[in-house]
Amino acid sequence: MQALTNRSKVVSKKEMTFMERMYLPAIFGGMMITFSHFFRRKPTIKYPEQKREFSGIYRGQHVLKRDEKGAERCTACGLCAVACPAEAITMVSAERKPGEENLYREEKYAAKYEINMLRCIFCGDCEEACPKEAIFLTDRQVSVYGQRKSFIYGKDVLVESKDSPIDLAKRQTPSVKEFKLHKEFGHNQTYDKNKKVNAGGHH
Amino acid sequence: MVFSTYIIYKAILVLAVFAITLLVATYSTYAERKIAAFLQDRIGPDRAGPFGILQPLADAVKMFMKEEMIPSVSNKWLFILGPSLAMLTACLTGVVIPWGKSLFIDGQEFSLQITDLNIGVLYLFSVVSMGVYGIMIGGWASNNKYSLLGGIRASSQMISYEVAMGLSIIALVMTTGTLSMKEIAAQQHGWHWNVLIQPLGCLIFIICAFAETNRAPFDLPECETELVGGYHTEYSSMKLGFFLFAEYINMFISSAVISTFYFGGYNMPFVGRWIHDPNMLAILGVVFLFVKISFFIFFFMWVRWTLPRFRYDQLMNLGWKILIPLSILNIVITGAWMMRGEIIQLFTK
Repeated sequence: MQALTNRSKVVSKKEMTFMERMYLPAIFGGMMITFSHFFRRKPTIKYPEQKREFSGIYRGQHVLKRDEKGAERCTACGLCAVACPAEAITMVSAERKPGEENLYREEKYAAKYEINMLRCIFCGDCEEACPKEAIFLTDRQVSVYGQRKSFIYGKDVLVESKDSPIDLAKRQTPSVKEFKLHKEFGHNQTYDKNKKVNAGGHH
Repeated sequence: MVFSTYIIYKAILVLAVFAITLLVATYSTYAERKIAAFLQDRIGPDRAGPFGILQPLADAVKMFMKEEMIPSVSNKWLFILGPSLAMLTACLTGVVIPWGKSLFIDGQEFSLQITDLNIGVLYLFSVVSMGVYGIMIGGWASNNKYSLLGGIRASSQMISYEVAMGLSIIALVMTTGTLSMKEIAAQQHGWHWNVLIQPLGCLIFIICAFAETNRAPFDLPECETELVGGYHTEYSSMKLGFFLFAEYINMFISSAVISTFYFGGYNMPFVGRWIHDPNMLAILGVVFLFVKISFFIFFFMWVRWTLPRFRYDQLMNLGWKILIPLSILNIVITGAWMMRGEIIQLFTK
């Protein structure tokens, strides 16, 4: 039978020779191996001072976007919660009252919107499911806390502030936007070869 | 020398040796972590101070601040006696080691050895063999199966390897003709290092020194995987610190003893050609001894992070079936070589 790799070694159970039974040459060889590691370059990244470079499409902490007028885009439709494989998202919807038009874009909004960051696996399915372009994953990292309840992010953390909107350009490149138009490429749907790709992407 | 000067000088020397022993042992813990890290492609502790050199201080503070636990089912006095004894015997051995040649100030001789016992080698062995009591008592007093197993392993291992160690030293004593550590060191001036005369004895001695200090690959008494720490499972706080610290002191003393017995002690070849001031030579001798000690401490750690632990039966096989016969063979060969004139005469008559 042909071997798959050339790394396998045949184990022999022959009697050891005198030199082998002395073990000293083998010990010396082993010590030389460890010693050679002494001078190797260390791959350690000293974290607080040095930071690992992330990929441009790194999926980190979520953001709930506002529209151009500063009103929240989310309509609490619940599609993100349905799409979430980790069941990390919960929300409570409420109806917009007259006079709140500058706060919420549509008649229904999320009164409460929570993501449990300990459950979230940062897959990005919520972003993909969102029909209102409201939730996005950003290149920010989730902070570290001492208590579990601190990881449940509410609207106070998730919704971007009016004064300093979160820049999504790094992740939402034109090609990503184009890709997202084709829902059949999404990894939750099975890709149907025979189905025609709608190049315009209007839905 | 005036008696009062003598007393003051010896007191200073004792304090200095004690302080240096503790300092070296403290920084051995740092060196161990750093060397372990470097051998494993890591960088080790580097947060406390530059390059982490304050790490031992942080460790010591941690050890002191930890909760002191004495198991209610243990024998309280023996429980405290165990680590104390381990520490005591570890510190006692530095007394007979010649740290350098004598200094001469105003025509008075100041020996850099605390005391030159004419049976220094025997003293060393008696104290080292006491070291096992600390571990045994600690293991017994904990009233814990793991601790007891660790204690039993420690005692059987140390007793087995002391035999081979003693036999390897007998060959050394035969060639040097003295039991005084000062004499043994002084005889190795220049290149007359005992390792060249007694290579086999040196190898056996070093292997036994590893076993006596309970260092890997002979760390069965405290193997973490099987015995959860062995004899010091039940210990906490500074009592645990004493056990761990005693191991590092033992390592330092073992390195000093190996250097003195086999690697020329404070002697270094060729230095006498350039430097003629005896005091300067004595101070340089101390430096050379510490260079050798540092190398052997590094060697101890290097071996620890290379070799896996012995199995118990392999340990006993190595001790009783290989090292003891080898050291007896070494004695026979040494004796035959020393009496070669008489032996040749016997056969040519």
